[in-house]
Amino acid sequence: MNPTIHPVLAFLQTWWVELVCGVVIVAVVPLVAGYLVLLERKLMADMQARLGPMRVGPHGLLQPIADALKLLIKEDIIPDHADKMIFWLAPVASMTAALTAMGGIAFGPSFLVARDINVGLLFVVGVSSMGLLGIMLGGWASNSHYSIMGSLRSTAQLVSYETAGGLALISGLLLAGTLKIRAIVAAQEQYGVWFVFLVPVAFFIYLVASIAETNRAPFDLPEAESELVAGYMTEYSGFRWACYFLGEYSNMIVVGAVATTLFLGGWLRPFPHVRWMNWLDAVPAVFTAAVGAYCVYRAGKQPVRVQVWFMWGVALMCFAVALILGVPLLAAPLKFMVPGLNGAFWFLLKISGYIYLFMWLRFTLPRYRFDQLMHLGWYILIPLAIVNVLAVGMAMILEMQYGWNRWLAMLLTTMITLAAALYLLYLNDKRAAAASLAAPPPEEPSTEDSYAG
Amino acid sequence: MLDKIIFFFFAGVAILSAAMMVTRRNAMHSAVFLITTLLATAGIFLQLRAEFIFIAQVIVYVAGIMVLFIFVIMLVSLDVAVHEMQFSRQKWVALFVTLALALEVGVMLWSSRQVPGQGFLLPNAVPAGKLPPNTEALAHGLFDAYLLPFEIASVLLLVAMVGAVVMAKKRT
Amino acid sequence: MMPIGYYLFLSMALFLIGAIGVITRRNVIVVLMSIELVLNAANINLVAFSRIFGDVAGQVFALFIIADAAAEAAVGLGIIIAFFRNRETVLEDEMDLLKW
Repeated sequence: MNPTIHPVLAFLQTWWVELVCGVVIVAVVPLVAGYLVLLERKLMADMQARLGPMRVGPHGLLQPIADALKLLIKEDIIPDHADKMIFWLAPVASMTAALTAMGGIAFGPSFLVARDINVGLLFVVGVSSMGLLGIMLGGWASNSHYSIMGSLRSTAQLVSYETAGGLALISGLLLAGTLKIRAIVAAQEQYGVWFVFLVPVAFFIYLVASIAETNRAPFDLPEAESELVAGYMTEYSGFRWACYFLGEYSNMIVVGAVATTLFLGGWLRPFPHVRWMNWLDAVPAVFTAAVGAYCVYRAGKQPVRVQVWFMWGVALMCFAVALILGVPLLAAPLKFMVPGLNGAFWFLLKISGYIYLFMWLRFTLPRYRFDQLMHLGWYILIPLAIVNVLAVGMAMILEMQYGWNRWLAMLLTTMITLAAALYLLYLNDKRAAAASLAAPPPEEPSTEDSYAG
Repeated sequence: MLDKIIFFFFAGVAILSAAMMVTRRNAMHSAVFLITTLLATAGIFLQLRAEFIFIAQVIVYVAGIMVLFIFVIMLVSLDVAVHEMQFSRQKWVALFVTLALALEVGVMLWSSRQVPGQGFLLPNAVPAGKLPPNTEALAHGLFDAYLLPFEIASVLLLVAMVGAVVMAKKRT
Repeated sequence: MMPIGYYLFLSMALFLIGAIGVITRRNVIVVLMSIELVLNAANINLVAFSRIFGDVAGQVFALFIIADAAAEAAVGLGIIIAFFRNRETVLEDEMDLLKW
């Protein structure tokens, strides 16, 4: 064989699956992120008793495509004294970090993007934390006050909550005993419960930390429109802004995947090995078929012809997916596919639930002021996370060496951590009361009318 | 074969970025090139099957130390075009001494490459498939044999944290 | 794994580039960054030898060096900030308070 062709063929032969997966991630995830934006607008509309985007495409479903087209053909403005190399580099860094982190997560027992790396979870967390370089450099390169302040605030926020989130993950990792993603889910299968039921406080700390990590409300001060124009993204327009935005939404998927893997059982169904709950195995297929049936029902009620066809198309797609999920359950020679397919369904359902929680919190809670944000991160979450790690370690020793019941030990852990949380909140209240006492009393409004003629 | 390509790619990026780093006029550009050098070094660690060191390098160096550097550069950035001289007055002496050192080490490495019976015996590396899992091995090393240096390192980090806060605080 | 000479050469090259940076640059922050480069070169050396001997001690020590580099960068940058507040300069030959 020709020796110069052979190495390339050998490379492709071993690595073609990973290459294809990589290409799929880079091509598909931005599209998914775009549709997440549409989903957010629709959910926001639903919670505000209106309809959201309805004009572009049936029920507004082509809105992300229109948005992407608009962003692509927009004029690329670079501010006058901006540092060109770094201005170009920053959005690329942010998006690369988010997409590379997606390469480490597993959607099912055999749906890995690359090999199952030894430090799987830490890889995902570490690489996604590289995105903050993109934020910092972007703010600085724009050479504008709002950008620099926004980027400094955002970086400080991300660094603070990264520590708290990492410590919360450690509590879950103590239970799992390993960093490999497949082994973590296998550990949850072995324990018989998702880790969220064993260490709920760690899950909530990670939830709060991940909301702050992705700059979502109520921690979105750096990019809120009414605060600093748009923070570090102010001077970016067109495709560069799209890169930042897609990086943020991909980051949401990544933190959702990390939380799902470690706390929510990954690709396990709700009661993993309880025999009388085996009917839950049929839920994916039945659920998808039900969604398809609902689409058929609504198709009859659409006012416009193209919407009727569209609903029928969606219904057929749902039925096809339901068939793919359901047939291996019934056909005996295909039963080996069940854990993989069902697993992917449960995994995606859990990530969707997590992201829905993010969006719900965005529409409900008001924004934190920056000093309140930093106080929450450093004074409350980090001490709480440290106490949690100590308590979980103690509970594991009680269980393994002294033979306590696992649930009793974990309940003790949760009680200790909640007591610590209450104490921290009490300290916070005392500090806030002292600060308001120390503040000067508000001036009485003057009775002089300055507009009087 | 793939091993070679990966090594040469990361090594090339590392050396090129390092050279760019020490020659940029703008400190922020230097920082960005240091980031690429650190990422290339992390790639070398990954190629050496030291996965935990790879991710520790990314998290601590790239997403930690470099963020600190960039913060400080943002704070102390004067008008960078004002700097007339970028290199100090000893640059030629330094370059000469460094090249002499490079020549010395290069000759030593080259002449010791295939001398049987001389120098110390290097074993053949364990093939990659038979390596123990890196994180577990590192954990055994850290908490078993090298526990005292580990504790000292944590005290060092605490002292450094206190010191950095004290140094950088504004005197009110 | 490549023959060890390649890693040693890479380590030496990075060390020397870092040494050039430390000695010749005027901006103190770039000097600190070159010191980080030197530490990285040492790390590559340690991890390469750890791989070839199969002993994890090299990687443990590399981890300590990473932690130490973080501590040193933090304190060094604190000192630079404190000095900058007083003297408004980051160039090494203008930091000559003790010169007579």
